[in-house]
Amino acid sequence: MVSKTTTVPLGLRVEGLNHGYMIGGTYTSVLENIDLTVAPGEFVALLGPSGCGKSTLLRLVAGLEPPRSGRMFADETPITGPGPDRIVMFQDPTLYPWRTVRRNVALGHDIAGRPNDAVISDAIALVGLSGFENAWPHQLSGGMAQRVALARALVNDPRLLILDEPLGKLDSLTRLTMQTELSRLWRDRGFTALMVTHDVEEALLLASRVIVFSPRPARVIADLPITLPPHRHRDDPRLLGLRKDILMQLGHSEDW
Amino acid sequence: MTAAPTSVAFDGPARRSAPVTRPSWRSLLPWAAGPVWIIAACVTWRWPDADDFPDTTLLAGLFLAGGLVLLLAAALHRLSARAPWAIALGVGLAAWEIAQAKLLWLPRPFFGTPQDLLDVFVTDWRKLGDSLLHSLALLVVGYTIGSLVGIAVGVGLGRSVRFRYWVQPVIRLIGPLPPVALLPLAFVLIPSSRVASEALMSLAAGFPVAILTWSGIAAVDPAYYDVARTMGARGRFLVLRVALPAATPQIFVGLFMGLGASFAMLVVAEMLGVKSGLGFYMQWAQGWAAYPNMYAALLVMSVMCTGLMTLLFRVRDHVLKWQKDGLKW
Ligand SMILES: Nc1ncnc2c1ncn2[C@@H]1O[C@H](COP(=O)(O)OP(=O)(O)OP(=O)(O)O)[C@@H](O)[C@H]1O
Ligand SMILES: [Mg+2]
Repeated sequence: MVSKTTTVPLGLRVEGLNHGYMIGGTYTSVLENIDLTVAPGEFVALLGPSGCGKSTLLRLVAGLEPPRSGRMFADETPITGPGPDRIVMFQDPTLYPWRTVRRNVALGHDIAGRPNDAVISDAIALVGLSGFENAWPHQLSGGMAQRVALARALVNDPRLLILDEPLGKLDSLTRLTMQTELSRLWRDRGFTALMVTHDVEEALLLASRVIVFSPRPARVIADLPITLPPHRHRDDPRLLGLRKDILMQLGHSEDW
Repeated sequence: MTAAPTSVAFDGPARRSAPVTRPSWRSLLPWAAGPVWIIAACVTWRWPDADDFPDTTLLAGLFLAGGLVLLLAAALHRLSARAPWAIALGVGLAAWEIAQAKLLWLPRPFFGTPQDLLDVFVTDWRKLGDSLLHSLALLVVGYTIGSLVGIAVGVGLGRSVRFRYWVQPVIRLIGPLPPVALLPLAFVLIPSSRVASEALMSLAAGFPVAILTWSGIAAVDPAYYDVARTMGARGRFLVLRVALPAATPQIFVGLFMGLGASFAMLVVAEMLGVKSGLGFYMQWAQGWAAYPNMYAALLVMSVMCTGLMTLLFRVRDHVLKWQKDGLKW
């Protein structure tokens, strides 16, 4: 599988972040006064209702948009733009339709001018798509496209991996496999991970810390360290207890 | 009571046999094409001409050769889909031969015989071929320059605000003008009529290419840029490896429109200024009332145009092989 390169994980600090958009002529606040510190090597899961601003926060951290106000640091260096040490896997796969699966996964290498066929093949195998290297994106299912997008992010050896609902389009069985793979990759490679998910159980299985956001405009309403052992079982009573707490924070009380 | 099941049982095989009879008559069709051409050859050869036409024997020989080739194709099973066309073409040529060469129904010299047309190729092939080469050279230079400049301008319009500020008004002013309108001016301003025509052909091709490249690049999903930017891509990569490939389907629409526009420009330029090429040949033929020569030049020109279109379609099919489907030429 993917060679065991030890990555130097990135620390992330966000201070007083505010952001919003003009929607239909009026300003809509999306992020309000977000403070967040992610230690190097942490796996942080972000939970929050749909449309609260999770993807927006990830875009800002990735440097794809400047915030309206507030400061962001990657290892004490101010974030002013995108950088290849912070790789994003977007909510939509957005594969390039004019590149085959293999060429899509190789995108980061093409940009850096450092081709490495072995790494590409390993990443494709890791997401279970060996044999589809030469397929065109329109020939893939939604879940397969999402796995290609994951491979495309992984081959860049990121120091901070930013994941926006990375497994959202997968069927439950593939999702279990990919969760295990993600968890193993994180432990093996030691990058920092920031992952948005809608699945509380997924957050609890993978993350070392779970942050819950309020409805838009997003504010941090809970910040829970998950001190469970690395190999977690979804029936673990502690995990079930945490799950209930978080669902309560998200506004579901009795029905779960 | 038992009648119904029995009839069903009989229906089955009867229905199944229907597709068997149909192919058997379809499969005879390719074998009909060769004989049609051979009959056309006999008619041409044996039926005396209404006047003293050249090359009657050669024409009959060509029909015969065509018939033999079609028979060979039928034997090699290479004719099935094209058989109806081969038959229709043979019938059409025979009808033309009978109507004009044997019965002389239509007034000469505006309507020629197949012999007349053939005679042009036999006696004047050198000049026709020369004209074709001149036209091709003019077209290829003008169209290639126009397309490349058009793509570059389109990228500029799509990606740079300042470029758009300065160039867009110019394009709006001269783009919609038919380039033919600039021909008199160009012949005055540019001493070489050849260079003037090439410039106008570039303009004719460049305008649609630029507009469609622009619209293609403007329509690129911004998420495509985000994906590359998060991996550290900068301007050059974003333009050449993201924007251009994403806009390629649109660019090809522009290239097709530009090719048509430069055909038109080519013919007009050759008729009005350039002293060579198929347009000039046609003009010359008209001046001498040599109508068969005009038909021959028209035929060569249409073969040239359709050949270039086919070539462009081939290139497009290769470049856009990642697309799910595409129009077939
Ligand atoms: N480019 C944009 N222009 C205008 N409004 C935007 C833009 N991007 C996001 N928004 C708005 O910001 C808000 C938050 O969007 P965001 O995509 O961050 O939500 P999210 O938390 O990721 O939701 P989901 O879980 O459904 O993906 C939404 O109300 C959306 O309308
Ligand atoms: Mg989102």
